[in-house]
Amino acid sequence: MSRQATLRTGVGPRRPGPRARASVARAVLTASATVAAGLAAIPLVYLLIRVLGADADAVLAALVRPRTLELAVSTVGLTAAVAAACLVVGVATAWLLSATDLRGRRAWVVVTTLPLAVPSYVAAFGWVALTPVRGFWGAFLVLTVCNVPLVTLPTLAALRLSNPAHEDVARTLGRSRARAFLEATWQQIRPAALAGTLLVALYVLSDFGAVALMRFEAFTWAIHSAYTSQFDRTLAAALSTVLAAMGIALVWAERRLRGAHARHGSSVASRAPRTPVVLGRWRVPVLLALATVPVGAVAVPGFALGRYLLGRAGTATSVDGADLVGDAATTVGFAAGGALVALALALPIGLLASRYRSRVSAALESASYVGLALPGIVVGLSLVFFSLAVVPALYQTAWMLAFAYGVLFLPKAVGAVRASVDQVEPGLEDVARSLGSTRAAVWSRVTARIAWPGIGAGVLLVALTAMKELPATLLLRPTGTDTLATSLWRLTESAAYGAAAPYALVLVAVAAGPAVLLTRDAVATVRERGEAA
Amino acid sequence: MSELQVRKVVAAYDGAPVLHGVSFTVPSGAFAAVLGPSGSGKSTLLRTIAGLHAPLEGAIVVGGRVLTGPRVAMPPERRRIGIVPQDAALFPHLDVRANVAFGLPRAQRGGARPDELLEMVGLADLAHRMPGELSGGQRHRVALARALAPEPDVILLDEPFSALDASLRAEVRAQIRQVLRRARTTAVLVTHDQDEALSMADIVAVLDQGRLVQVGPPEEIYQEPRSRWLAQFVGGAVVLPGAWRGDAVECALGDVPAHLGAGEVAREGDAVELAIRPEHLTLAPVGEGLGGVADASVDAGADAGTVALVRHVAYFGHDAVVTLDLPGLDEPIEARVLGVHHIRPDAEVRVSVTRPGIAFAAR
Ligand SMILES: Nc1ncnc2c1ncn2[C@@H]1O[C@H](COP(=O)(O)OP(=O)(O)O)[C@@H](O)[C@H]1O
Ligand SMILES: [Mg+2]
Repeated sequence: MSRQATLRTGVGPRRPGPRARASVARAVLTASATVAAGLAAIPLVYLLIRVLGADADAVLAALVRPRTLELAVSTVGLTAAVAAACLVVGVATAWLLSATDLRGRRAWVVVTTLPLAVPSYVAAFGWVALTPVRGFWGAFLVLTVCNVPLVTLPTLAALRLSNPAHEDVARTLGRSRARAFLEATWQQIRPAALAGTLLVALYVLSDFGAVALMRFEAFTWAIHSAYTSQFDRTLAAALSTVLAAMGIALVWAERRLRGAHARHGSSVASRAPRTPVVLGRWRVPVLLALATVPVGAVAVPGFALGRYLLGRAGTATSVDGADLVGDAATTVGFAAGGALVALALALPIGLLASRYRSRVSAALESASYVGLALPGIVVGLSLVFFSLAVVPALYQTAWMLAFAYGVLFLPKAVGAVRASVDQVEPGLEDVARSLGSTRAAVWSRVTARIAWPGIGAGVLLVALTAMKELPATLLLRPTGTDTLATSLWRLTESAAYGAAAPYALVLVAVAAGPAVLLTRDAVATVRERGEAA
Repeated sequence: MSELQVRKVVAAYDGAPVLHGVSFTVPSGAFAAVLGPSGSGKSTLLRTIAGLHAPLEGAIVVGGRVLTGPRVAMPPERRRIGIVPQDAALFPHLDVRANVAFGLPRAQRGGARPDELLEMVGLADLAHRMPGELSGGQRHRVALARALAPEPDVILLDEPFSALDASLRAEVRAQIRQVLRRARTTAVLVTHDQDEALSMADIVAVLDQGRLVQVGPPEEIYQEPRSRWLAQFVGGAVVLPGAWRGDAVECALGDVPAHLGAGEVAREGDAVELAIRPEHLTLAPVGEGLGGVADASVDAGADAGTVALVRHVAYFGHDAVVTLDLPGLDEPIEARVLGVHHIRPDAEVRVSVTRPGIAFAAR
């Protein structure tokens, strides 16, 4: 009792010291992170302001008419169908790749993740150009084949961490192979598979290019046409809020699951190799099944590209090399600007989250996730409203577009900053200080030096992703300029497939970079097992 | 020259107290060990000395310079106190030589000093290796060289050997001890390993839940523990309830010669707890036909001592720990003996005590 009393009085007098200095650094960082999170929140906040400020009857009319319900049903239906298909196909693929005696598994991992390198509207371009598939089934097909790897990759990683002994034990206790998989292994990989599935759902919810090319009336397309053709801004804004709410609900679900995953995950990779399941006479059907998705996502668009680039090269008078180069330069410029904006916003948030964990830093980090939940069309539209009303000078300027990219891809950038700085153990910074370096010197000599490669890779990833962005770019790009994505969309919309093909080719090359990054780890994983087996 | 004084340090994290007024002094050039169980506040103490954690109260004085005190809080980079963390924490982006040179003024980084230090820790050949290419023991020697490079007044080691495997640990300990002796740097090692503290240090300070419970030379800590807890924590002890008989304790082992622990008072017949080191118990065979001829290491006088039942024998090669059931005791006791050829589970043995125990008033 008395000791506690003296302790309490000990806290009383305040004095400057390391504590005070540390709290100054922390306060500066917190302030910058708050500003950054505030900027990132502009699209969502302004959208709400716009909707709440509009004529309440008009908003209500827009929301409760049957057409909105129809759109919601189509969008939710498409999202659920694609997510379910990706879950089943992705888990089956991951299992085939890791648990069977398939030959050439490393090559198969690469092949099955190739679809990540094909933007969904490029795949849609291929299907639209070659086949009469349209509407729900067209969108379903294209979005499914493009997104299966988002489930395959995390499931593969989780399978590696899962302990095959559980399944063996279940078998010895009388379960069939399928039952044993369900009762033992599935429990271990479920969080990863579901997290991947939710990413798929988010992607479908926000996809604009594929549904538009397939003429499937999803929310994103309806928002776009409300804004461009009917010029009904209140309707567009009201629809956007509904879409944003769905996105936020999905991100919330995804984060909850991820938390559960962290608790579940075993940090010890089991060394015991899984006894491979012998495919036997199933080998050929399995190979065909594995090839289906890459064929749909890569071979069909590839064939369309080949046909229009080679076969009709002479007749494709509308292909203009100078246009293509000009668009590519514009795309790179916008994307680089967006990546720098994302980095500037991400640095304080990521640093704070990594170095000073607290409720505030967690809240700021969550706020930066807004970009993940908001479809590009919503961010684009909200920033159109925002720039027109608040900063007209920036309306349809490269600045506003770069800012939109910055907000949309902020989660990626924050993740990169945070993971890279997390790598720098605080112990290193302590040692550096005790060796005579000031706080600033520690940052430049140790923290930044170690974290830089990871942050740099993250920025590059953001830039490459931004180069493919379509819906926000359509709304925000300066009048008269085109990026690779908008040109491809415009030309495909007007059925100028020959002219569109070169754009599609360049975009696939752009998308290949991030895909390779994602695939590398998975390939390494499989190599290990292949050698052990 | 660079005597380290820690005065009444009170430290907390977000209001949760961790150190409750810790004071001790390490003479210049001496090697002190702070021994305490995990969570007792050892790392916090080191971080406070290094200026990496601000205490609520108390002072840190090195060689007469006040580093932490009322209205004084010198930042860590100006304290001239080096640290060697548990995981060595080598900078992963720098090679061995650049790690060692990190704390030197820019002009000296290319000079001879880093090479001298690498020579001193016996790693001159590895100057251009990256940290990932070193073994655990080598990493700690680099971390030590790095900490010594700017010639600090005090060097702090936070459980530097606990990440090493047992076979390597003794060797690295001896190497580091030798390097520190030669450098004549005042050093503080914190550890939860009593062997490490007792074998390396000139002074041992035992920390329990944020309080120093005893400070002294290793022999004193081992031979005259101030409390029953200390007797058990440092070196292990068999603790038996009994009654004080002036110069002995009457307990399950009979009348065992003993003295009272420092500061303890007891009157004839008071209830006390007797602490005996396991190696101060000897075992002799009872009767015949239990395993042949008595072993040479077992004392003569086969009828002396209390008869106990062997429950379990853990054989370690150089010695063995025998778990015994004593009549009238709920808990088994452990004896550490050299030869065990005749001792088998379920055999009966006679237990006797070779050195006086220490008695503490029972609570
Ligand atoms: N950064 C921290 N924040 C809050 N509590 C801490 C922190 N570091 C240590 N503690 C708590 O302080 C106590 C002492 O920790 P520590 O000094 O690391 O002990 P030791 O090094 O002896 O194991 C423990 O109860 C621990 O949980
Ligand atoms: Mg510790």
